[in-house]
Amino acid sequence: MRKDLLVFILFMCILAVVPLFLRDAFLCHILIMIMMYATMSIGWNVIGGYAGQVSFGNAAFFGVGAYTTAVLLMNYNVNPWLGMLAGCVLSVGLAVVVGYPCFRLRGHYFAIATIAVGEIMVVIFTNWDYVGAAVGIYMPILEESLTNFEFHSSKIPYYYIILVMLLVAIAVSYFIEESRLGYYLRAIKDDPDGARSLGIDIQKYKMIAFSISAVLTSICGTFYGQYVLYIHPSSTMDLMMSIHLCIIALIGGIGKLFGPVVGAFVFIPLMELTRVYLGSEGQGIDMIIYSLLVIMIAIWRPQGLWALFSKGDK
Amino acid sequence: MEGVFTQTLVSGILIGFVYALIAVGLTMIFGMMDIVNFAHGEYLMVAMYFAYWFFVLFGMDPLYSLPLVTVLLFLLGVITYYVFIRPIINAPMLSQIFVTFGILILLRGVAQYLWKGDYRMIPQTLTSGNVNIFGVYVGVSQLVAAAGAIICNGLIFWFLKSTRMGMAMEAVAEDKESARLMGINSDRMFALAWGIGIASVGVAGSLLSSFYYVFPEVGSNFCLMAFVVVALGGFGSVPGAFIAGIVVGLVEVLSGYLIAPSLKFMFVLLLYLGVVFIRPQGFMGRK
Amino acid sequence: MSSDILVVDNVTKRFGGLTANANISFSMKEGEIIGLIGPNGAGKSTLFNCISCFYNADGGRIVFKGQEITRKDPESICRMGIGRTFQIVRMFKDMNVLESIMIGAFLRNPKRKEAQARSEEVAGIFRFTDKLYLKATSLTISEQKRLEVARVFATGPKIMLLDEMMAGLNIHEIKESVELVLRLREMGITIVLVEHVMEGIMPIANRVVVLDYGEKIAEGTPDEVINNEKVIGAYFGQKYAKRRENKTRIQ
Repeated sequence: MRKDLLVFILFMCILAVVPLFLRDAFLCHILIMIMMYATMSIGWNVIGGYAGQVSFGNAAFFGVGAYTTAVLLMNYNVNPWLGMLAGCVLSVGLAVVVGYPCFRLRGHYFAIATIAVGEIMVVIFTNWDYVGAAVGIYMPILEESLTNFEFHSSKIPYYYIILVMLLVAIAVSYFIEESRLGYYLRAIKDDPDGARSLGIDIQKYKMIAFSISAVLTSICGTFYGQYVLYIHPSSTMDLMMSIHLCIIALIGGIGKLFGPVVGAFVFIPLMELTRVYLGSEGQGIDMIIYSLLVIMIAIWRPQGLWALFSKGDK
Repeated sequence: MEGVFTQTLVSGILIGFVYALIAVGLTMIFGMMDIVNFAHGEYLMVAMYFAYWFFVLFGMDPLYSLPLVTVLLFLLGVITYYVFIRPIINAPMLSQIFVTFGILILLRGVAQYLWKGDYRMIPQTLTSGNVNIFGVYVGVSQLVAAAGAIICNGLIFWFLKSTRMGMAMEAVAEDKESARLMGINSDRMFALAWGIGIASVGVAGSLLSSFYYVFPEVGSNFCLMAFVVVALGGFGSVPGAFIAGIVVGLVEVLSGYLIAPSLKFMFVLLLYLGVVFIRPQGFMGRK
Repeated sequence: MSSDILVVDNVTKRFGGLTANANISFSMKEGEIIGLIGPNGAGKSTLFNCISCFYNADGGRIVFKGQEITRKDPESICRMGIGRTFQIVRMFKDMNVLESIMIGAFLRNPKRKEAQARSEEVAGIFRFTDKLYLKATSLTISEQKRLEVARVFATGPKIMLLDEMMAGLNIHEIKESVELVLRLREMGITIVLVEHVMEGIMPIANRVVVLDYGEKIAEGTPDEVINNEKVIGAYFGQKYAKRRENKTRIQ
């Protein structure tokens, strides 16, 4: 574990000083997206990687975070940071409501159920006028400040905010791995009945993992709303986004601490750059590339790309 | 109003047969090797594109190109098995899920790259137009699609129950080891299951292309429908999928008619959740 | 009866038309070693599953330290103090020996450092000190069975249900298992052993309960049970039992 930490600290330092040299706003945007997706994927990794419960609906938490903040700000003038807190609470609520019945389902049934729940949410939000239905919500423009969680002259403050969130996510992940929760999740993933025979309440621990996952995803939703200043169902709750979160974790290394970070650094540039440089000619090429990556990793290297960097892991 | 209601019912039942056909391949594959083919809907999309291009490039009506598309999809299914599925037959579930998801994205990516996101439609086919049956107006293509689906489902059911190869497949689905002891090559049976499963989706795609828009994402809605059908009918049960298909078709149109068209997808999904919590084995499921 | 640590009272368990356990009753005092024997299919593992609540009995009661546990779930049972191993050994595939034991130790030691310390202690008792970082799946079958017992022991149980712990072991390994069971008893644990390996169980059991076709057919000390006609009949067939009985009577 110690070697991981050294790499991590070095890495964070580099990320922290990059903005000082950054002139290109687009590059800044890509890095922000990478860090945001890395944070969310770390969130997915907690439930999907550590606990082994493959969720294809985590984007729902992103949407709840974004919409809660937006609605509270727009209709009740609630500060976005408080809105973020509210979003977290609602996301955990959703996690509990969905998890309680769904965690009794085995494997495939659970995965499909998460797809169903995610899609139900999209249908609801697309038809709900209070949150703008299909059109969505344009965030009220506030004066630029940290308390207002809005910046208009530069992306760099957003960069540092998401960097801190990523740090928090990694720290949470690290503490889980080193604690009883982490060990119990590994046991639950490996052999649920064996885990129960050793006194582990598997429902409770899955729920805890899912709630942590929800919070880490929800704060990114809030961040996204304040960053892009416009949200609607297909940008915040899409099934494809849920799938991307899983893919990022898989590519980088499921169940590994830095897996999602590595995965995000591979996946997001691939997606964004093919879109920009190949344009409509290259539509679909990024999908072809990363789908082949996913398939190859799933067949040959289930530990993901992170395994290439860390030899002799634990 | 009564006329519209009957109209709705009929269209629900008709599309239900097609859902059953799409689901039958999914349930066969799961029944035999415990793998959920998340990419199932994408093969439908591929079949629809094939039918479309056969029409545009060679002027073939979808009904005529149907056998061709079916054979092509059969081959595609067998290739999928040997290239992607065989390596992960015994892999952990996580890997299996991600491989089929990978195939989903791969197929969709290829479609998007080759044919862009435009919505396409075959303008005029042999089965265009409506027909009046006992006061109910039904699109001829929908009727033909339903008939085709019933025939195909029936063929598959007959194959599994009455032919030696079909019974061998059922044996492998029940107990791979014992089947092997009796000389049945499970590897070939698996490949056959994939071939037949994907071919049946090919038939469905051909039939649908007469009256449905063709675009890269068309597979995803049908795929979810197919999952609901399989869950409702019972994972692994072919007759279950048939009955469940009709039920899902009815739930879809009735919830659209009685409540709101934009919400009908949600009700089908709620049906899935309901089945899976209350009676996970569905109507006739085994596991 | 109040000194009984576990009371199995008329327990019945059915699977569809098959009655796997029919009105089974027996009780145990603290510190005893009870043997549960019987031919294959007699219902021994089913009974274990009922006591450890992996199944819930359809009829009857199970009382542990005065509390009824019939309808509880396996994790609660473990927390209350009943631990069990499985007939087919199950290891955590991606964990090493130390981590496996830690999963058990975490029950009473929520903090990682303490759990690790306790696990190293337990590993010492079970002779794993030089194998702490080996992958659990790389151990021999007999070592894996021992690890399973160690894991359960780390949860701090008062009763341990050991399911065919000695199956497939050689003479030397059986002797080690017997010593292990005796050491567990010295540490105050009540033990129920399901076994087919008679030379492992008969020398150490206080009492033996015999099941056949789902019913209890005999209970007593090992000596009593060995000479019980019904028991002989269950294992060797009624004809043999009758012949043996006649021979002893004639003599």
